[in-house]
Amino acid sequence: MNRFVLPLAGFLLMVGLLGYGLSLDPKKVPSPLIDKQAPAFSLAMLEEPARQLSTADMVGQVWVLNVWASWCVSCRAEHQVISELASRRLVPVVGLNYKDDPADATRWLQQFGNPYATSVIDRDGRVGIDWGVYGVPETFVIGADGLIKYKHIGPVSQESLEQKIMPVLKELLG
Amino acid sequence: MIPEIGQFALIVALCVGLVQALVPLAGSSLGIQRWVAVAVPAALAQLLFVGISYACLTFAFLSHDFSVLYVAKNSNTELPLIYRISGVWGSHEGSLLLWALVLALWSGAVAVFTPSVPRVMRARVLAVLGLVSCGFLLFIIATSNPFERLLPAAVEGTDLNPLLQDIGLALHPPMLYLGYVGFSVAFAFAIAALISGQVDSAWARWARPWTNIAWLFLTLGIALGSWWAYYELGWGGWWFWDPVENASFMPWLIGTALMHSLAITEKRGTFKAWTALLAIFAFALSLLGTFLVRSGVLTSVHAFASDPSRGVFILGFLVVVVGGSLALYAWRAPLLKSAASTRLLSRDGMLLLNNAFLTVVTAAILLGTLYPIAIDAMGGKISVGPPYFNLMFISITAPLGVLIGIGMLIRWKQDSLQRLTSRLRIPALAVLLVSLGLTLALPQWQWGAYLGIAMALWISVTAAMALYERFRHRALMSALRSTPAGFYGMLLGHLGIAVFIIGITLTSLYTSEKDLRMAPGDTYTVAGYEFTFHGVRDFNVANYVATRGGFSVRSVDGGYRTEMFPEKRVYRVQNNPMTEAAIDAGIARDLFIALGEPLDNQGAWAVRIYYKPFIRWIWLGAIIMSIGGLVAASDRRYRRLVRSRSPAREAAEQPS
Repeated sequence: MNRFVLPLAGFLLMVGLLGYGLSLDPKKVPSPLIDKQAPAFSLAMLEEPARQLSTADMVGQVWVLNVWASWCVSCRAEHQVISELASRRLVPVVGLNYKDDPADATRWLQQFGNPYATSVIDRDGRVGIDWGVYGVPETFVIGADGLIKYKHIGPVSQESLEQKIMPVLKELLG
Repeated sequence: MIPEIGQFALIVALCVGLVQALVPLAGSSLGIQRWVAVAVPAALAQLLFVGISYACLTFAFLSHDFSVLYVAKNSNTELPLIYRISGVWGSHEGSLLLWALVLALWSGAVAVFTPSVPRVMRARVLAVLGLVSCGFLLFIIATSNPFERLLPAAVEGTDLNPLLQDIGLALHPPMLYLGYVGFSVAFAFAIAALISGQVDSAWARWARPWTNIAWLFLTLGIALGSWWAYYELGWGGWWFWDPVENASFMPWLIGTALMHSLAITEKRGTFKAWTALLAIFAFALSLLGTFLVRSGVLTSVHAFASDPSRGVFILGFLVVVVGGSLALYAWRAPLLKSAASTRLLSRDGMLLLNNAFLTVVTAAILLGTLYPIAIDAMGGKISVGPPYFNLMFISITAPLGVLIGIGMLIRWKQDSLQRLTSRLRIPALAVLLVSLGLTLALPQWQWGAYLGIAMALWISVTAAMALYERFRHRALMSALRSTPAGFYGMLLGHLGIAVFIIGITLTSLYTSEKDLRMAPGDTYTVAGYEFTFHGVRDFNVANYVATRGGFSVRSVDGGYRTEMFPEKRVYRVQNNPMTEAAIDAGIARDLFIALGEPLDNQGAWAVRIYYKPFIRWIWLGAIIMSIGGLVAASDRRYRRLVRSRSPAREAAEQPS
């Protein structure tokens, strides 16, 4: 055993990690939260920081939680699709403004348009941790029973909206 | 028909690649000269066939052949000519084909431009490049065929992603690839040297110009990407620590370390094993970058074409190439003995420290990039953001700035602390005082600004001292003649860093920004400039509709006037809105206007205005650095060697 073997050992360790990462396939493997109770939160609203929105307020209806941030470039890519989802008025789309400066977030909504019923402020990302937020953007579908029914990681494309999210929503809405 | 020719040419290229990889390798270890001689023509044939394949795909784009799935997905009859050419690499399949083409170009260049390298060595280098090329061609043919047919053909294409319809981003991938793939040459040299057991000064001299050129392309590629993010994303930001940005930055940092460590190996015959390891790492990180972008392991803005089965292939390829190289390294490196020992207080020592800092900062970036996966593997969840990267990067690289200055003036082998302090005391004091004055002249005092300015001045002053030292005892003409181009390249590279430091420091600390509601006729003042809004008009341009705002701008003292026209565009086919900021660029400041949303029916708009001091210096610094790389690569001694190598020595290097 000599010290020249160390780079190889380190590399193999990394490959193991990457192989594991590949098996995760963030876009397809369901989150461990699926069919679990949505983690509770009660957070200030971006538009009216004096008011709070809590998960309890949403019980009894199907809703969508979209995690976004003004610093998140992919959020711009999905913005059009999220807007389209909101404009169908099937379910309320709540934004979770993740690790963001509220001033930046407000500007972002002004610049690109605000599709959200409301956005809540998760400034330090604590609620994001409860929800298992891995990167931004992420989108959750929550049933009327308060269980998480679907989780989408990464920007929602038109295709994933139609083929993944809409079927879940249709089933939930009966 | 043409697409089929393209695909056929790819398959032929793969076969030629196998020959290029296996025959010379076998020939060099068995001592069969005829087999060794296969390497050069095989590399050129490979270039020919990959070139034909690439030309076929380009032709499909130019002729709107929507029976090719890839063209139908990434083009449109209204797409302007230039983006039909750049559309070839606008998505996954084509960008891999570009990768293969760039690799073939590099191999061809090695085949043609290395007459000074012994034949066996060159054959081995080309064989390693051939192996890498086989991996990529196999990948394209097996998982990502750009020539797949769409039957019946689409009537109209779905257009190129509007984000990519931009000159900065059109040029970004080829530059980046020239850099990424360019490190494969240094890598191939390292592997060839490890096979022969000969990592010496001559080897370092062969590898250096190739490393410099790959590095300069990578520098330009990263700078282009950052410039694009600045003007196209509408945030005025220029670096986001996105995993894919990190993936291009890590090979750059290791490539920088490699350039410096090659300098020691050439000059002093030390750090041989380390230099070979860095060459392996630089290319390994380029491959890792491909893996991260193409596999979808990390979600990011760039992961527009990710697919897990491709991820498995690239991971397997990574294991074969990097794992194989590191195994070879583990086996052969113990044989490499340094020609001399190294003292810390010497140029060797400074370069070693430079390597240590660059490697540590790369490891920290790698950690931050892969950490989310690692934590997930342990059952947790976390995301790593810009605060970690900024703090870590600045605190690790700040000492490097000081080192650059000392490194340019310290002597090789051994220096005395007394000599150094007596020479550097007064310049250091002067730098601290002048920086104090300059920082006080800024709008407000910031310690960060003081440090940044002092660092940039320190590098510039020591570079000037190094130049003066070279010319002091010699007549001008003889000094000019005897100073190698590599020296000027080094000075330029370091001056580029100084310019870059000024850019990031002043931009991040003194940017002013205002978000305004502006109705036609409104005037606002931002950072000494009056902005007057004249309302918006709609334009119908090529494949998009633009809403264009008109602004007139004058400086408060009245000395400067201009007009600016920010746009919002909607690309017709994909119906994507894009913000096209208006930028009035200047050497000391940029004015930047981005149009938000209309706020009412009276023509008022949300408008974002930035004043960004010295932001151009960031990219100017990168350009100066790459010119430095070019100058250094043009050094005469890389060519002079051709004549001074004796045939006897070459014979001695034949395989034992």
